[in-house]
Amino acid sequence: MNILTKVAVIGLVLTTAACTRPDRFGAGAGDGVNTGSIAPIDPNAAMTGANDPKSPLYFNQTIGDRVLFQVDTSTLTDQGKAILNGQASWLQTNSDYLAIIEGHADEQGTREYNIGLGFRRANAVREYLVSQGVPANRLRVTSYGKERPIQVCSAESCYAQNRRAVTVISIASLS
Amino acid sequence: MLKRLMVVMLAVLLGGSAMAQSGPLRLTITDGVIEPLPYALPTFQAENTEATQVANDLSRLVAKDLSGTGLFREIPSSAFISQNSAFTQSVAYPDWRAINAQALITGAVTVSGNQLIVKFRLFDVFSGAEMGGGLQFAGTVDGWRRMGHKVADAVYSRITGEGGYFDSRVVYVAESGPKDQRQKRLAVMDYDGANVQFLTDSAALVLAPRFSPTGDRVLYTSFESGFPRINILDVASVGRRQLTTAPGEMAFSPRFSRDGSQVIYSLANGGNTDIYRSDLNSGAAIRLTEAPSIETAPSLSPDGSQIVFESDRSGTQQLYIMSANGGDARRISFGDGRYGTPVWSPRGDLIAFTKQNAGRFHIGVMRTDGSEERLLTASFLDEGPTWSPNGRVLMFMRETQGAVGTSSLYSVDISGRNLQPVAINGGASDPSWGPLQP
Repeated sequence: MNILTKVAVIGLVLTTAACTRPDRFGAGAGDGVNTGSIAPIDPNAAMTGANDPKSPLYFNQTIGDRVLFQVDTSTLTDQGKAILNGQASWLQTNSDYLAIIEGHADEQGTREYNIGLGFRRANAVREYLVSQGVPANRLRVTSYGKERPIQVCSAESCYAQNRRAVTVISIASLS
Repeated sequence: MLKRLMVVMLAVLLGGSAMAQSGPLRLTITDGVIEPLPYALPTFQAENTEATQVANDLSRLVAKDLSGTGLFREIPSSAFISQNSAFTQSVAYPDWRAINAQALITGAVTVSGNQLIVKFRLFDVFSGAEMGGGLQFAGTVDGWRRMGHKVADAVYSRITGEGGYFDSRVVYVAESGPKDQRQKRLAVMDYDGANVQFLTDSAALVLAPRFSPTGDRVLYTSFESGFPRINILDVASVGRRQLTTAPGEMAFSPRFSRDGSQVIYSLANGGNTDIYRSDLNSGAAIRLTEAPSIETAPSLSPDGSQIVFESDRSGTQQLYIMSANGGDARRISFGDGRYGTPVWSPRGDLIAFTKQNAGRFHIGVMRTDGSEERLLTASFLDEGPTWSPNGRVLMFMRETQGAVGTSSLYSVDISGRNLQPVAINGGASDPSWGPLQP
């Protein structure tokens, strides 16, 4: 989740910088717009924010960056496949982005096995995305096993959220 | 930095030629119920005033080591008849027999400047004889704990006939922060939780450190790059390097070979995880398993000829043994539930493991053919046993449940007795017990 957040934040910072850079359209408000001051930028309204279909934030929030798994399995559910179909089409449209697929497990299991299980889950997502036309060389997998839970209770309601594979859009461009 | 200890045999003191009446003092460690052996440990004599504090602290540490095994019970000094226990004085055996002390430990401590000398003797009270010669340890004052552990190791060893484990260190993962933002860093400590020293900062997630056979290096898994990779760290300099450098290679669960020249580990390729062996000098790697399942947590037998590991090739995690060169594996775990994290005992006779069954975790041991399975613990999450140098005790991680769940280290005898927490400040996980120090 950290990487994910970081990418989103970097996106926003870049956006803000581009929109407020004073010499972009001449000094101050000299671009003809008759407002006396620069209005604060609403991140959600920014074109690289969640409303921009080309933004990683849109990918994360609207398409959905994660799929969930049943206990000790790496089988994609129909719901998961629907999300991955959206991910595949986004990745094909936005071909400058790479993606790292992170596999995760809940805390019911030993450390090493859960790393292996996370790899299985991440790979299941990777293979599905490739089958939907995403070039394999734009996708990498990793596994955090049970090391990065997003929900902390010791109950199925939390475990279900932690058994996940998250597609993290990387800002690194291929070109 | 560790202080080098010098061990010298004292010139044979006194005759100690009294004949044993009923055989020499010997505590045989068995799986049956043990009545702890009562011993007396008068505070070691301070041979000069500078030594008073150390003599007192060191005596308490020796007693803590011995009584902490559950095999020995200290007789409180308030029960002593003979209060005068000058180191060179002949032992008043009747006084010690009267309070049923079976063993008597006496000692003397000298401090001069930064130098510390500890002498001790062990007596078999009912035989009326000294056990072994006197021993003397010399070192620096700040190394007093190690000298105390060495005294306790010598006593333990002489009475049980087995090697000790007190003068040893454990490398582990020190944990802090909430469960969803857990910070982890490598640390080493004495076996009893003292002298914690951090080996890494918490900038990158680190897991499962493993000591080399001599305790000079540590293998561990690091997520510094966002992908699991194996690092090797020199304990003295804290210098480290990445073990495998092939691009895209993701490796974890490393362990040293018994001679410290090779590493066995898991390597993930896509969704598949297999076991490999790699030479630390040349970097040459050999693949040992080729199955579409998860093969991980390899551990070598003491003679280096076999590897025990876990695999879910049958559908659930189970334990298997194969040749150190790979090939066919035979399954050894057949009970209910799942088995993982196998570790071969230093004696070669047992495999310690983590078992999950019916929503509980256990630490257990079984023979290498899978027979005589014994579960030693049970809790919400017990995981990752590591053997004491003498193969008598297991240390492992116990995690409590829920949002505020934390990890800590525990130890338990392989008999299942004497379960106790290791006193460490803060969270701790993934212990790896190093060798008895020279």
